[in-house]
Amino acid sequence: MSVKYTKDHEWVKVDGDTATVGITAYAAEQLGDVVFVELPEVGKSFDQGDEMAVVESVKAASEVYAPVSGEVVAVNDGLEGEPQKVNESPDAGGWFVKLKLSDTSQLDGLMDDAAYQAHIS
Amino acid sequence: MPVTGPETMTDTLRTPLYDLHTALGAKMTPFAGYDMPLQYEGIMAEHNHTRAAAGLFDVSHMGQAHYTGDEAALEKLITADLSALAPGEQKYTLLLNEQGGIRDDLMVSRPFGDDGLFLVVNAATKADDFAHIARNTAGKGELRVIEDRALIALQGPQAADVFGALVPDAAKLVFMQCGVFTLDGTEIWVSRSGYTGEDGFEISIPADRAEAIARLILADARVKPIGLGARDSLRLEAGLCLYGHDMNEETTPVEAVLMWAVAKPRRERLDFPGAKRVMQMFADKPARKRVGFTMAGAPAREGAEIVKDGQSIGIVTSGGFGPTVGGPVGMAYIDLDHASPGTEIEILLRGKARPAQVTKMPFVEQRYYRGE
Repeated sequence: MSVKYTKDHEWVKVDGDTATVGITAYAAEQLGDVVFVELPEVGKSFDQGDEMAVVESVKAASEVYAPVSGEVVAVNDGLEGEPQKVNESPDAGGWFVKLKLSDTSQLDGLMDDAAYQAHIS
Repeated sequence: MPVTGPETMTDTLRTPLYDLHTALGAKMTPFAGYDMPLQYEGIMAEHNHTRAAAGLFDVSHMGQAHYTGDEAALEKLITADLSALAPGEQKYTLLLNEQGGIRDDLMVSRPFGDDGLFLVVNAATKADDFAHIARNTAGKGELRVIEDRALIALQGPQAADVFGALVPDAAKLVFMQCGVFTLDGTEIWVSRSGYTGEDGFEISIPADRAEAIARLILADARVKPIGLGARDSLRLEAGLCLYGHDMNEETTPVEAVLMWAVAKPRRERLDFPGAKRVMQMFADKPARKRVGFTMAGAPAREGAEIVKDGQSIGIVTSGGFGPTVGGPVGMAYIDLDHASPGTEIEILLRGKARPAQVTKMPFVEQRYYRGE
């Protein structure tokens, strides 16, 4: 299972043709305390770069974009009651959605861990 | 998601506590021309700490001035009754334009006995305010702008215990009283007031002593430094206006629901700026007014449109998550027909109408110290 990153600070964990998507620890730190996450409905499809979710911190609202094209097959319902999971565990319990990939070749255009670390440093 | 990294500061001013902020690990942000601390450990933790114990704020960006001379000349520009302001007292007042629009809100006080008035105005408006006051009192009074003093605020239920241990006499002040005291050999000007809804003090300190005194207060384990982020969520929960957002030159004290700051003798004498228009609007009821609102889910932010039955009925002027309330809170200007507490409204967020309710303010009970 490989993890890829976008320049807009989403992470993508790929398992077969399904990708779990969240925001990076760096992004969560920059946002500050997350107080609400607006997630899409299961079954909705997004093209790469579409606005897919909104994360509200005490400070401001920020859009989360679809890092790859696909159909939402699951959302993290736990964020409704515990949005702080995005801060506490951004790369695990704070995941946003699972997408069924429609074009796996898009993954090649994303950054690997080393490239992302260079991007934020 | 787009993330804005630390911005490079150019031409921004620094308060006398800048070095302390960076030493304490603050995340800095430009505000009103100053490089100010947005947060230290995090907005939510800082907000909660202030409500539970005590928080120290740097508000040195605000404008301080000493006014001496003919007070009638100054009074003409504001809404307070200065003849009723005794030595040792402070009032919240409004600087109005000729149409009765709000140029600024400010504190006016008499900490120096008979020696004039101490003014504290907003950072973003201070240059305009002081020019306006100086111009309109020329030849009658003297406005000395104070640029060599810092201003800090100590706020929270334990503020009086903390500050009383350092300056016992200052802890005897009650809400909206003020005076001159000595701390660590330094003359400080103290008022029992603030911008959080909590008990607390605002303290003017010579700039070259500001860091030492701030560190002295922070040495008390009950005190943590608090940034502008929590300052905003604290004042919003307390129902306190932010100038330039919840009122401006286009809003009158009637619309802003600030008529309590227009002294009764001034209303009767109709001698404050725009008095005729303001008192007419007060009698006729305004078309719209400032209200509070609450909602579930995502918080509505400043600028969001308020609708009812498909009609636009207002606009959000401040909005965010209230950590003590545990949900979104905000202020809005709403058409009078829909402005009663309990009215169900809808706020447009990213194109979708979300239910909200007009709610009486403050959202969190104010806990000012008014004496035993």
